[in-house]
Amino acid sequence: MLDVVSSLVMVAAVAIATFSTRAASFLVFPKDKEVPPTVKYIGAVLPPAVIGMLVVYCLKSTQVLEYPYGAPELIACLVVIGLHAWRRNVLLSVGVGTVLYMVLVQAVFV
Amino acid sequence: MGEYRQAVSRAFPYTIPVMAGYLFIGAAFGVMFADQGYNVLWAVLMSVVVYAGSGQYLATNFFVPGVSILQAVFLTLMVNIRHVFYGLSLVDRYNRFGKKRWYLIFGMTDETYSLICTTDVPDDVDEEKFLISITLLNQLYWIIGTAVGSIAATAIAFDSTGIEFAMTALFIVMFMELWYRRSNRPAELIGMVSATLCLALFGAENFVLPTMVLMVAVILLGKKKLNRKEAGEGA
Repeated sequence: MLDVVSSLVMVAAVAIATFSTRAASFLVFPKDKEVPPTVKYIGAVLPPAVIGMLVVYCLKSTQVLEYPYGAPELIACLVVIGLHAWRRNVLLSVGVGTVLYMVLVQAVFV
Repeated sequence: MGEYRQAVSRAFPYTIPVMAGYLFIGAAFGVMFADQGYNVLWAVLMSVVVYAGSGQYLATNFFVPGVSILQAVFLTLMVNIRHVFYGLSLVDRYNRFGKKRWYLIFGMTDETYSLICTTDVPDDVDEEKFLISITLLNQLYWIIGTAVGSIAATAIAFDSTGIEFAMTALFIVMFMELWYRRSNRPAELIGMVSATLCLALFGAENFVLPTMVLMVAVILLGKKKLNRKEAGEGA
């Protein structure tokens, strides 16, 4: 733990650094500047690609080569996919998937 | 204010899945920060002024003697660099809005960004107010989760191992919802394949930036094909 002043400085530093990444594109293309067609095109196509990336990102720490060989992740993901294809209820898919995963990593694959 | 009340009530159902995820992973941050010796006020302060999932997790490591501000800023920029690209894809849309767009930009977490990009704004509500409502509700869940986790960490023993899977499940569900609209499929696959490839090449700690660059490159190279598909779907 740091002292109060150092802690506050650290909070501010993290806050400013985080905001900078989110604001960067808006500073490059301010309101009065016409957005180039290429950027508009990226804006249309990038979001689904990002979500594809984020699925992989969430699973990046999975242990594939040693025990439990990614089994908890694989089982929980398949259940989420199956449940969502079946009921298309987001809350149900996320809730059941999460509880199942917690049981798998805490009690089954230990 | 009446218009905002309507926008919030229209936005709320869309944010329920994020609520489920954020209460849990926000709580996980509260626990981690409490373990470093920071009480609930500090945890809430972080979630109010920083508001970033993986960024705040990472930041809990900075609050020990010996970590320089420069180091903290550099690591934070690295873990959040993908948001530069998120911003790029929303410049055209947000530049139509007023000054309040800066809150939308501040609140552009992975989950909020994904939700905003995958939700069709209902006809009977103002787009800007609707998006601000989504962002505000999500941050509220995040703050509440943080506070609960921070307090619970000192009060009850609860094994939260694996709770972070809520976010994985949420992105899988979003992925599937996009998949049902066929025009998104090529881009989704570009993202997934690029990320898998870069993960194998660069490892779990360093693959996000190369993935973003690769994705944008492929998207630009495939402009003709992807554009035609978009047009064919009338999107």
